[in-house]
Formats: sequence, C-alpha cells, structure tokens
Amino acid sequence: MRRRGLLAGGVALVAPALLGGARRAPVAMPGEMTGADWRLGHRMRDGGLPEPTATSRADVVVVGGGVAGLSAAWGLQQAGVADVELVELEAEPGGNAASGSNAVSAYPWGAHYVPLLAPESTAAAALFAELGIITGHDAAGRAVYDEGSLCADPRERLFRWGEWQEDLVPGTGVTEADRAQYRSFFGAMERFRTARGADGRRAFTIPVDESSADPRFRALDGMTFARFLDEGGWDAAPLRWYLRYCCRDDYGTEPGDVSAWAGIHYFASRGGRGGPGSEDGPHTVLTWPGGNGHIVNLMRARLPAPSCSALAWRVAVDGGVAVDVFEPGPGRTRRIRARAVVLAVPHFVADRLLGRPRGRPQAADVAGASYAPWVVANVTVSEMPGGTGFPLCWDNVAYDSESLGYVVATHQGVARVPRRTVLTWYMPLSAHPPAEARRAAMETPLDAWQRMAADDLVAMHPELDGKIKRVDVRVWGHGMIRPVPGYVWGAARAASCRHEAPVFFAHSDMSGLSIFEEAHMRGMAASAAVRRFLA
Amino acid sequence: MSTRDDAAGQALLFASVFAVATCGLVYELIAGTLASYLLGDSVTQFSTIIGTYLFAMGVGSFLSGRIERDLLGTFVRVEILIGVVGGFSAALLFLLFARVSAFRIPLYGTVGVVGMLVGVEVPLLLRILHGRFAFKDLVARVFSFDYIGALFASLLFPLVLVPHLGLIRSGLLFGAINVGVALWLLFAMGASIPRVRAHRVAAVLALMALGAGFVGAEGIQRSAEAAAFADPVVYSETTPYQRIVVTASPRDVRLFLNNNLQFSSRDEYRYHEALVHPGLSAVAHPARVLLFGGGDGLAAREILKHADVESITHVELDPAMVRLFADNPALARLNGGSYASPKVHVVTADAFTWLQAGEGVGQYDFVVVDFPDPSNFSIGKLYSTAFFRALRKVVAPGGAVVVQSTSPLIARQAYWCVVATMEEAGFGTAPYHVYVPSFGEWGFVLAGVGAAPVPGARYPEGLRFASPATTVDMMRWPPDMDRVPVAVNRLDSQALVRYFDAEWSAYGVN
Repeated sequence: MRRRGLLAGGVALVAPALLGGARRAPVAMPGEMTGADWRLGHRMRDGGLPEPTATSRADVVVVGGGVAGLSAAWGLQQAGVADVELVELEAEPGGNAASGSNAVSAYPWGAHYVPLLAPESTAAAALFAELGIITGHDAAGRAVYDEGSLCADPRERLFRWGEWQEDLVPGTGVTEADRAQYRSFFGAMERFRTARGADGRRAFTIPVDESSADPRFRALDGMTFARFLDEGGWDAAPLRWYLRYCCRDDYGTEPGDVSAWAGIHYFASRGGRGGPGSEDGPHTVLTWPGGNGHIVNLMRARLPAPSCSALAWRVAVDGGVAVDVFEPGPGRTRRIRARAVVLAVPHFVADRLLGRPRGRPQAADVAGASYAPWVVANVTVSEMPGGTGFPLCWDNVAYDSESLGYVVATHQGVARVPRRTVLTWYMPLSAHPPAEARRAAMETPLDAWQRMAADDLVAMHPELDGKIKRVDVRVWGHGMIRPVPGYVWGAARAASCRHEAPVFFAHSDMSGLSIFEEAHMRGMAASAAVRRFLA
Repeated sequence: MSTRDDAAGQALLFASVFAVATCGLVYELIAGTLASYLLGDSVTQFSTIIGTYLFAMGVGSFLSGRIERDLLGTFVRVEILIGVVGGFSAALLFLLFARVSAFRIPLYGTVGVVGMLVGVEVPLLLRILHGRFAFKDLVARVFSFDYIGALFASLLFPLVLVPHLGLIRSGLLFGAINVGVALWLLFAMGASIPRVRAHRVAAVLALMALGAGFVGAEGIQRSAEAAAFADPVVYSETTPYQRIVVTASPRDVRLFLNNNLQFSSRDEYRYHEALVHPGLSAVAHPARVLLFGGGDGLAAREILKHADVESITHVELDPAMVRLFADNPALARLNGGSYASPKVHVVTADAFTWLQAGEGVGQYDFVVVDFPDPSNFSIGKLYSTAFFRALRKVVAPGGAVVVQSTSPLIARQAYWCVVATMEEAGFGTAPYHVYVPSFGEWGFVLAGVGAAPVPGARYPEGLRFASPATTVDMMRWPPDMDRVPVAVNRLDSQALVRYFDAEWSAYGVN
C-alpha cells in the first residue's frame, strides 16, 4: 500500500514535469542560436582567407563594434575626425552589450545594467549626460538620473524553499550566527568602500586605474577571494552562496578563481551594494528592456553606419596601417589604408590581427588573460512568472540553481498588466576551466540549451510549463576577461595598456574587468591618443 | 457456496479492488488539487496532502488488524463510509473555505479520515480472500489490480475528470462508485453479511445523497463563492485584468474587484460627489475632462452634472467593466446611463502607456484619477513621480487634477506619500478627506500645476453631499490624520506600496 501511495503521489508531483518534458522533446522548441559568429571568427585563426582585391581609404579604422569600439568612434567624431570606418564581425554592433527584440520586447544578449556611476567615472558621466540618461545635478552636485532608466522597484528576489523572498541575500531561515557574519562582511566591505590609500585615492573605484596604488589594497590582488573569505572567518553557507553568486554574476568566475581585489571591488567600488538594511545611498542600477544595448542604440543613432558582418583579419604597419577585411557577402578581402587603427577587440584577437602568435612582445605572459564562457537564453513566455511570496522583480534568482536566474525584459515598462514577456536567463560556465567549458559549450546543440533554460525556469515556476513560446540562445565562448589573482595589478595588464602608434588599443580587457564604464573609458582614451598622434 | 458462485465472488472482489484503488487515488488527487487552488503553492499542498493521506492509510492498515469478526460486513461499511466522506469531501471543503478561518484543520481532517478508511480496505480484502488462493497468487493479484487502478485514476483525473466534471462532481461520482461496490457486495454476497437489509438501506440512502449532490453541484460551487461575500452574487466574471463580482441585496448593490469593495450603492454618492465636484468648482470653465479608471461610470455620472462639461475622455483598462456598466440595465441605472451620453468617449488603454504615448498634451481642464489603491508594485507605478510628471503635461492652463488616494486614517503615511509625490512632480496640492460609511475615512488630493486650485462656489443642483461648505469641512485635517513626513514614491523606490502594505496589514484588512 505504501508503495502504491508513493507511486501515486509521485505521479501527481512529477506528472506536470514529465508531460511537459514529453511535450517538449519531440517537437522542436522555436528559437535559434544567435550572434557571436565564431565560425566566421575562427576563419582568421584557421587561415586561408583571400588576399585583398580591393582597396579603400579612411583616416582611422576602428576594429570591433563593442562598447569600446563605438566609444572610440564616438570620441573621434567629437574630436572632429571625420573619416572613421568601424569594422564589426557581427551583423550588429554592441559586443557584450548586444541586444535583440521581438514582438514582445527588446531584450539583452549580455550586459544588462550599469551601476550608478562612481565619482571617478567622468567619461561615462559625460556620455550619459549627452544621451539624456543623466538629466541634471542636485544641489550637492550629485547626478540626477532619468527615472525611467533607474531599475524599477522591486529589484531582486530569491527563490528558496518554494518561496520568493525580497533581496538576493538569503534572509529567510538564516541563523543569528549567519546574520552576524552578514553584518561583519558587509561592514568590512563598507570600510573598503570609504577607504582611501596613502595617495589619497579611493581604494576601489571605477575606472580601475583610478583606484589607489597603496600596496595595502593592491596586495589583495595576490590571493583568491575564497581565501580572503576563509581568512576573514566568513564561512556561513548563505553568505558564501551569495558571494559565489556575485562573483559569477560579475566575472563569470568562481570565488576560488577570482582575485580578492576584484571580489571586493564588486562591493566597494559602487554607489553601495552594502547588503540588507545599509543606508549608504542608492542601491539601484540603470537598466533598460534591451539592457546595455539601449546605450549602444543611442550611440549608434549618432554615429555613421558601421561596416558589419566584416572580418578584419590582418593589420600591417607600413608608414600608415593596412587593415585587411574579409567580406563574406562578395567573398573578397578589401584593404583599408588608414593613418591609424584602433583595435577594440580582446587581447587574443589583437595578437592574431598583428600576426603575433601568442601574447604581445612587451608582455610574454599575456596568456595570463583568460576568458569566461557564458550562455544566455532569451525565453519568450505567454504568462508573467508568479510564485509564492515576494512578487516578480527585475532580477529573479533561485538558490538551488547553477544558473544566475533571469531578468524580466518588460520590468521597466509601465503597463499595469503585462501579458507576455521575455526572460533573459544567464548561465556562466564557471564550473570547469574556461577552455574545457568553452569546447563543451561549442559542441552543445541548441535544443540542449533550450531544455536547460526551460527546465531551470519551470523548476522555479511550475506555472510556466507550456507557456514558454520561444527560446533563443547565445553562447559566448570568450564572454569576459577573468580577473584571476595577479591579473588586474600584474605586469601583463600594464603592458597591454600601452599603445603602439599607429596601432591603438581599446578594450575592457585592458582594465581586467568587463564592465561598461571601463570599455567606454578605454575607447575614449584611445580616441584621444589617436587624435594626439594625428595632430 | 458453490464453485461457480465462488469464482464469481472472487471476480467481484478483484473488481472491487480495482474500483477502490481508483477511488482512493481520486480522493487524494482531489484534495491536493483543491488545496492548491484555494491555498496556492501546489508543491507544498500536494506534498503535505500526500504525506497526510499516506500516514492516515498507515493508521488505517494498522487498525485493520483490530478487526476480528464479520470481515465482509466491515468492508461493506467501510465502502459506504468512504463513499460518503470521500464523495462529499470536495464539496464540503469548498463550502468551508469561505466560512472558517483555520481552513487547514478541516482540510487535513478530511484527508486523514478518507486516508484511514482507504488504508483499511486492502488489508481487509486480503484477509477476506485469504484461503481462497495460494498466498503468493493472492498478493500478486490484489496488488496488481490495486496498481492498475492507481494508473487508471491518475490518467482519468487530469484528462477527463477535472476538465469535464470539475472537482466537486468528480468527488461525488467516485463516492457513488465506492457505495456501488458496497451495494454490489450486499446483493451478490448478502448471505454472509449480518443485518444485510439495514446495510442495503444505508447504501441506497448514501447513493441518493451523492446523486442529489451531483445534480446540485452547480449550486454548491456558486454558494461557495457567494459565502466570501455578505450578499448574493448576481454577477461574476474573470477578465484578463481582474475578478469582477457584483452582489445585490434589498439594501444595496456592491461592486468588488479582486475581492476589494469598490462601491456600495447606498453611499457611493458621497465618494463620487466628493471626488468630482470640489475640483470642477475650482476650474473656471471645465469643458474637457479626462477620467482615468472608474469603469463603473459613477464618476462620469457626477462629471456630466456640470453644465460646462463638453466632453469626457474616459481611459479605462478593462473593457469588460465598461461593457457591464453600459449594458446591464440595473447597473446602468446606478450610473444614470452615463455611458449612453454622447459626451463620454471611452478609450480602452493602460493609463500610463496612454500618457507616455504623448496623448492629449495640454488639453484637459479637469483630470480625475480614480485608480485602485496602490496594493501592488504594478499599481504603485500609477502613483509615482514619473506618472504625475507625465500627468502634468495633459493639464490645460488653469486646469485641475484630483486623485483618489486611499484612507488617510488607516494608511496615513500612504495618503501623505501621494501628496508628497504629487508635490515632487510639480503640483500644488489641496488635500481633503470624506467619510464614506462603507469605506471609512477616505482621502483625495486636489492639485494644480504649480499652485493648488481653490474650490469655488459653483456646484450643480441636486447634489446630496457636496457643497461649498462641505468642501471647506473636507479640507480640515484633524490631528489623527494630519500630515506626516514621508518619502516620495518613485518608480525605482516604491515607498507608497510599502507604506500601504504595512498600514493596511496592521489594520488587519489586507
């Protein structure tokens, strides 16, 4: 009798999942694998591209249409350099800030928010003022942001024990000892946030290079964040869960692989993510339905059209520069002769363009740069996710999932009763070494990712079973630079920041952290260097 | 007993195993489904229901060991009992849900009783059939019929029963099957059951009760919902936006949206006269009026009383509301047929989206904002600085705005948060409040771009409540409702929803 009951009970519990699975398996879920055209990209690595049969001219070529490349073009346009050609591998510019859209909403493919700017982020502040994201300044001189760009309330919730709770720091069912560790950890982060080094600079800020050079802080780059936490006695499981979430969210990397300096930077550089109940100013972030793709679109609208779906595969210096660009449409290579080139691409791509097999000569160990692979799925649903407990937020995370949960594309909308939405689901492939995870990811077919994303969402939201209408997937093989110990303040990164006129570099790799403000600052800095070189 | 009888008897008993297995699982599924309907969180409900049910079955199995004599008779009595208790369980629980405060007690109680009775069944059957078969064959057959019955029920329940019969009728049907098994045994094997006639009468009565319940199930369902309301439900509809319920009694007609009272026909004149006329009197020539919300047409009725009004643009989210209050004669009588007026132009749209699209800039002399209370984050957006800034743009020079703003007595911080938010968005405000018996003290905010409007002396004839003197009174604030310092409600920090939730929860309503 007991077994029968169990069987029956089991059927009642898992039947929806089984039926759902059975429904999904035979009929292919609509959706496609988009973006990150690594097949075209890999042709540069594999060789055999045709020699140039056409030539054109430009003052400056910018290779790479991510935030750094767009910002370089932006800076050059502001400086009055008229003849700039931007070459982008993908069909659309944007890089990590790419976005897509369908009949339901725009949605991000990667970066989906920018924190309120640090006082040192002057380049980004000027951009935001120009784009209307910063609307003015208050009496104290602090930036006032456009209300529609600030992440709407409520922002974050966590799913644990069948119930949603407000905030991502686990609050329900934690012990007093756990809470004591929360207080101690967030207290320590708050001290780092306000700390200044012997040089008078803030210990941690954005841009990274504006942070204090005080060895007291930089020494933290020599150990892992996990070791830093162990030494601090912060071992409470819910706290460590949250900190692992943070490391994977920002760096796609485990706390055991991230430098302590980078791990602390997440908390100590921002307007204040000081944990529950802290009163250190606005905790909010800037976000839009298309994530940072919104900023990209605003910038694009004010820039000349880029040359997209074009693979720059060789850069030669001969007095000026010659940039060879393969155009898969006509199947030919065009040589662009220019006075300077900005390589707004990751280090490993820049090396290949310049014909350097491994690492740039100034920095033999640039191989120290490693990249976190990610998978992002945009899931179109015909019903809003619900759940017991705290209501739907912008960012929704499950404690027991390896994913980072999902953000809701329509969250910034003002419609009272949205009927459909797009959920952007994030999964950093951090459990294995990047090369291994990347290889496995490249071999994983679309339907396996679709199933993974759908199953993860249905585990949080049984009510979404059968309501998932479409799952589009993007695999980021080299999603973001990993701030492993020794990278941010090591020789490799320092060397990578040096321009080699007429070749200039712009990428968030040069900062060691893949974030919007760094990419933008690098693009603006490269444009300034180019302008000085041309003058 | 002859050999033929014996064979038939055995077939009968195995058929009973199949039937009782099916019924047993159906009751369990009904209770789990019903609990997830009524209490939400299906994982928790199914887990706890199944757990309770299995435990109760264990208790039943244990107790079956105490039964010494008259095994067949006991089995028949158990069948009749399961039929009645299990059969009526769904109906009973639906009715109780609206009437008892601790619903889980009857829920788990019912599940426990049914589970215990079901737990008695199979051990008893095994003992009845013992000796007629080799033990290995007996166990093999009883359990295979048992499991097949379970499979049958688990497929039947989601595919046929719930969609076609509903929970209440499914329960009653399977109750009848249990009683049917008992009756069948009483007639086929009556010879070996003492007091067989009394048992037959009981079984027939049970079957009749279940049949009557089956026929009357519609009524049970309706009265289950009606019990949540004081008066008979005369209309109910679930739209994509809300649950609309209208109740009626000789005393009054009431409208509920998502179980929240919107008006009582006895005193709504106080609310609507107070909402509309002070603001209209403050505008020199209110020709063009914009109305947000108020799909019951009652605010429109009041606005139309003002002679200067030439047109009302009525932006309402839910077309079902307008349809109901335009077409239903009794309800249209309440709003004076305002939807039949050529001055009223209904726009089916989401208010904030409509404003953001840049409609009607600078066009309206008077704007009435009559949204639901800010009880959740999506409605909270309609009381944000961003909303009021967008709202400011549609106000014509010299125009005025009025906003319904919950109870300043119960939700004092929430009320003054609306005032502070409007001021932050560039409005000058004139807060006032009114007593509506079915609501309690209620608050409104009259506002003008830059400066607060000053109510005048022009009020339409025939008002029962609003007048220049009443308005002066409404703008006086006693100490227990007077202004308190509060945060502003912004899209990125919805202070209002948090105030509202805390204050109404403390009051014990939400």
